[in-house]
Amino acid sequence: MSVLAHLPALVVIAPLLTSPLVLLLKPRGLAWLAALVASLASFAIAIALTTSVLEGTTPGYEMGGWPAPYGIGLTIDALSAIVLLVVTGASSFALLAGRASIDSQIAPARQPYFYAAWLLAVAGFLGIAVSADAFNIFVFMEISSLACYVLIAGGPDRRALPAVFKYLIIGTVAATFYLIGVGLIYMMTGTLALADMESRIEAVADQSPILVAAGFITIGLALKAAVFPLHVWLPNAYTHAPHIVTVFLAACATKVAIYVLLRFDFFVFQQNLIGHELQFSFFLLPLAVLAVLIASGAALAESNLKRLLAYSSIAQIGYILLGASLVSVEGLTAGIVHLFNHALAKGALFLAVAGLALGASGLDLEDLRGIARKRPWTMAAFVAASLSLIGMPGTAGFISKWYLITAAIEQGPLGMVLVTVIVVSSLMALAYIWRVVEPAYFQSSETSSSAGEPAASTRGGAISWLAAVTWIAVAANFYFGLQPALPLSLAANAAGLLLGHMP
Amino acid sequence: MITVFGIFLLSLLVITALAIVQTRNLFVAVMLAAIFSLLMAANFFILDAADVALTEAAVGAGVTTVILLSALALTAEREKRSGSIRWISVAVVAVTVLILIYATFDKPALGDPDAPVHQHVAPWYLEKTPVFMDIPNVVTAVLASFRGYDTLGEVFVVFVAMVGVLFVLGGDGGRSGPITTPDPGLRHHLIPKVVGRLLLPFIILFGLYVQFHGEYGPGGGFQAGAIIATGLILHALLEGEQAALRSVPAGAMQALVVAGASLYGGVGVACMLLGGSFLDYSVLHPDPVTGRQIGIIAIELGVGMAVCGALLSIFHAFAAREH
Repeated sequence: MSVLAHLPALVVIAPLLTSPLVLLLKPRGLAWLAALVASLASFAIAIALTTSVLEGTTPGYEMGGWPAPYGIGLTIDALSAIVLLVVTGASSFALLAGRASIDSQIAPARQPYFYAAWLLAVAGFLGIAVSADAFNIFVFMEISSLACYVLIAGGPDRRALPAVFKYLIIGTVAATFYLIGVGLIYMMTGTLALADMESRIEAVADQSPILVAAGFITIGLALKAAVFPLHVWLPNAYTHAPHIVTVFLAACATKVAIYVLLRFDFFVFQQNLIGHELQFSFFLLPLAVLAVLIASGAALAESNLKRLLAYSSIAQIGYILLGASLVSVEGLTAGIVHLFNHALAKGALFLAVAGLALGASGLDLEDLRGIARKRPWTMAAFVAASLSLIGMPGTAGFISKWYLITAAIEQGPLGMVLVTVIVVSSLMALAYIWRVVEPAYFQSSETSSSAGEPAASTRGGAISWLAAVTWIAVAANFYFGLQPALPLSLAANAAGLLLGHMP
Repeated sequence: MITVFGIFLLSLLVITALAIVQTRNLFVAVMLAAIFSLLMAANFFILDAADVALTEAAVGAGVTTVILLSALALTAEREKRSGSIRWISVAVVAVTVLILIYATFDKPALGDPDAPVHQHVAPWYLEKTPVFMDIPNVVTAVLASFRGYDTLGEVFVVFVAMVGVLFVLGGDGGRSGPITTPDPGLRHHLIPKVVGRLLLPFIILFGLYVQFHGEYGPGGGFQAGAIIATGLILHALLEGEQAALRSVPAGAMQALVVAGASLYGGVGVACMLLGGSFLDYSVLHPDPVTGRQIGIIAIELGVGMAVCGALLSIFHAFAAREH
């Protein structure tokens, strides 16, 4: 077999098998370098795989040479490709930018463990995205979840521990729910491969185990995806995690759960369960609208910068689900493209936050007074990335909102309500971002003595470097706002695939 | 008769679970959890799932209990009273239970040969294992080869658990920090000392048997790793933390994990380099059947090393914090 044929497996194996080796790299810097190289290798493979998906192929792989359903198959279609790009891109950017921030938050002796956990989280997310087997998805969900708990618990902030404990309990319940669902389906169909399930579930689709399984799988994945009102674990976990970990997790953790939710629902349930399309819409649409409005409102009242952005993330998950719950080509395209664009915007925003944190005494909005004078470039990057979050024309965020509004208008009278919700929530986003911008630019810090100021000679380079990488991420937001062909064609392709499995 | 026994064990299981939830004494809860695992193992055994029963007994009742106890040494023995009962939580649990009971209404009867699970992939595994691998234990064939990628994932679940414990508890496996009071272990207690020292070689021997007999009977790397780890933890309890770390240093334990996980992954990569898929062991030898046997033995060894090292590292990370 040629190397190209191995790419679907290599994208997961590269970070997975590098992680134990990272533990051996005790000297500072080497562990970081190994993690970065593995992450970039996966990024390159993801790009190669996306290219072949765009050419119309569907790369697949048979693990151990055994064909599914006897062995485990991997399949990469447009939907998985977009998740692969988001995960590997977020990880590579965060690692590239974050060395100084990680050094400032995690003791050198603990860093090899940190980078090993990081690579395992990456491998876990990627393993989920390429897998075509329901149980294999669970295994990699376990790896990624455990690794995320470790990463979040890593910061110097002791409040991370209760936050991560809550996340751990809820995440474990979620994974167990998913496993119960898969177990019930296995009981009724005798198979674990998704494609096989799709064809065998029809004969037993009206029986109680399958109905219960659909419920458990949906709720379990909704918990993982922080769908309102199952989002309670998210704000504290994002707030107290090390800053660079927040960059990575905010860009991709919940998206991977949404990916599994969409794949399972459309590939296995939609065409086989009677009335499932309506149930899916009636379940997700109200929750999505509530998420958008209530979480944006919570962000308006929040006084900590990271928590404010975390609530904003819950609202953005609402947008993605709003698009998906319309069950139309336009709606799904909008949802999936927003999955990509929100990762870009939120990743860039949290990178800017990591840069601000290197200079500020804290991340409450009060601590940010006058920060724009101390960190002009980082703060400017924050503002530029916020434009994408709000949805200014010319940014990536505008593309997804435009498609979302187009999809909503097609729904008739209900659509106008949804358009109002989208417009109102965008104004709310403008308002909560202004709550950050105002103290940063138009108030001066009370204490002229800079308590949290690092030694300029040692940190100056690191801060500029972080700001530079942040600006690259911001530039990506503008690039994909002006040239949205790549995410749009992938998303449209993925929406077609999902709807192709409808009855 | 088996049905009566099964109902009896399941009733005990429910009673134990309720007792775990009800008790405020964490020590009692840990002990009950061990009993729960033993009952569960007995249930698995009744269902003819000997491999799973062995794992549950070794990991659930054995190692987990010791690790929970060493975690308990870092905290209080009694749970804090958390005010009133949360009725919402109780309601959610009750509804979930009712839904799960509803799910059993249309399920195939226990042991029904026409059940879907016995009609689709399982017969293929039973038929093809002798052809492709020529080993008697089909469970090992499924775990190590047909679904070997899942097992690789599970090894990394154990690995990330170890990474997490070492990371959160502060780093390098208990080497740092001078231990002021020499830890006498249980050396001054005659009966544990005599019994423990007598048992230790047999536990290790049994672990090695389970490791290398996994293709023929119940067992394999997971169970063997847990059993050997249990033996070494017993040694640590008898001789004290420091003596145990002298015989197996913390660095060696971590190296064992890294070597085990890398051995498993390395076999997979070797298969790729020899022209097969990842974890396609048939290319390891001119004769595909022999190649698969070699592959299975190698990865089972990797699993055993990784599990044993990870469990020991986790135990010592907790034990080191007690001082």
